[in-house]
Amino acid sequence: MLLIAGLGLALLWAPEDADQGPSQRIFYIHVPVALTAYVCFGWAAWKAFRLLWKRDERADLESYTAVHMGVIFGVLTLVTGSIWARISWGVWWTWSERQLVLFLILFLFYSAYFMLRYSTEPGPRRARTSAVYALFGAVLLPVSFLAIRLAEQLLHPAPLFNRDGPQMSGSMFFTFCVCLAAMLTLAAALYRIELTGKRVDARLRELREALT
Amino acid sequence: MIRARGVGRRFGDKRALAGVDVDVDHGDFLLVTGPNGSGKTTLLRLFAGLLVPTSGELEIRTDRGRVGFLSHDPLVYRELTPLENLDLYGRLYRIPERRERIGMLLERFGIWDARSEATGDLSRGMLQRLALCRALLHDPELILLDEPFGALDAQGAELLLDELRRLESERRTLVVSSHQPERLGDRPTSRLALSPA
Amino acid sequence: MTGYLADVTALARKDLLVELRSRDTVPAMLLFVVGALVIFHFALPEDSSRLAAAGMLWIALLFTALLALVRSFVAEREGTVIDGLLLAPCDRSAIWLGKALSVFAFLVFAEAVALPAFALFYEPVTWELIAGVALANVGIAAVGTLLGAMAAAARARELLLPLLFLPLAIPLIVGGVGATLAEDPARYLGFLALYDLIFAILSWASFEYVVTE
Repeated sequence: MLLIAGLGLALLWAPEDADQGPSQRIFYIHVPVALTAYVCFGWAAWKAFRLLWKRDERADLESYTAVHMGVIFGVLTLVTGSIWARISWGVWWTWSERQLVLFLILFLFYSAYFMLRYSTEPGPRRARTSAVYALFGAVLLPVSFLAIRLAEQLLHPAPLFNRDGPQMSGSMFFTFCVCLAAMLTLAAALYRIELTGKRVDARLRELREALT
Repeated sequence: MIRARGVGRRFGDKRALAGVDVDVDHGDFLLVTGPNGSGKTTLLRLFAGLLVPTSGELEIRTDRGRVGFLSHDPLVYRELTPLENLDLYGRLYRIPERRERIGMLLERFGIWDARSEATGDLSRGMLQRLALCRALLHDPELILLDEPFGALDAQGAELLLDELRRLESERRTLVVSSHQPERLGDRPTSRLALSPA
Repeated sequence: MTGYLADVTALARKDLLVELRSRDTVPAMLLFVVGALVIFHFALPEDSSRLAAAGMLWIALLFTALLALVRSFVAEREGTVIDGLLLAPCDRSAIWLGKALSVFAFLVFAEAVALPAFALFYEPVTWELIAGVALANVGIAAVGTLLGAMAAAARARELLLPLLFLPLAIPLIVGGVGATLAEDPARYLGFLALYDLIFAILSWASFEYVVTE
């Protein structure tokens, strides 16, 4: 837990390092957050797969929590991306920023995940259905990205804004890595906390039932 | 044929069934009794393989294709005729000499005349008879009947009792749930009484 | 193998007959898609580009497809009739395939009316458009049938199905509109084919998990 605090501090310290101008700093949060979201969704899909393949019932809560984490970081991605767009180009949204569009689609998709969970009765069926949906999400990710690229060529030609290339100098790269590690650790920590909370809830429910 | 140890089933927060221990051997006739809400339907659905238990162990030592289940729902398509419905199931169960078998069952249960009407137009009693045809179409080894007398009239009940007699003589395994067990008299070889969980 | 195909045929036939005899779905789909095309005329400004018209067509097709999908599970919903199929020894994926085929057929019915109407009201219909529609149909039928089964187990099914379906339909729209308008439609058609392949296999394999209790 201390590690999280430590890395959290590193997060604050890191932007001081950046000497490319204030607008650049958001990059250190935006991209790690996005990558973390991908990792969360990937983890959710992995757990979903394990649930279906090995019939590991516990994987349901794990997958669900991972999706939740993914959505949180996804929303953060959208927000930080929007801020970045505002700072760099003066608009709150742009369709030519592929990451943003992708995350918008994912956000819609995984929000529907929660709707699905919410309207289905808890039980093995809900677990399996959610798992299948989470797997679809993981597949949708690259497919959507392809689709966005294709759409760009067709409907939104010649991006109006210049995207910052990932050419980073040594110190920038280091800062980036630290932030990435920080985000991942944060996600992992939140994941653990929430998962434990959910497990405790489930256990409580079981006990209450056994007693009635 | 069926082995249940501590079987229970929960739906969300509701517990429908708890701690059921029962053995059903080949050729047994098990009668399941209990008031409404005691989980008879849930138990039969578990035996049919439509549900898995959320607690305990359940072993069913027969193939899916050898189980016949009469449910609360007749499980027939309203827009199709009885003949078409049974033909569909006949194909899915890969029944040899499908047409003859369907014809025989329709006649045995007295619905041959209605065979080409839209199922949605049939009365509840007729639907139940059709459902029985569906459940027995593939000559199952294990027959599960959930409240079979519920929708049947006197004649239908007679036909069903005849059929049960025939199935018993053929050494089939029967599990019947009913809250009117008197109809079956002494025939059941074992009984299981459920109480609301 | 032949047993599997026989099952699929029997099931697809069943789905087609049930919907055709209920006389709800097909008329509704036809009226809806034509109605949507008419509405779009009033929603688009006078000299809208080909782009807008094509886009509108695809939107109309998408929502008509949703109609068909919601209906394809109505019989199942109304009385848990699907239990009868689940009891049978057939592979669960055969149920999916049979349903998906029937949904595909209904989509074709609707498009047989929609495309001529589109040609009449807006723009001539090209071969690329037809190919795109055909490929998109596969994707819609495949994914939609699976999602329909997911939604069928839930409350508020009619609301849930569109929610689940729309994000997954976005790539189809891109592919479809692209195939209609781009200079090299082959790339978009190829993309649609890829989508179909991936998601059809995924849906086929995972249907069993979604439809059983």
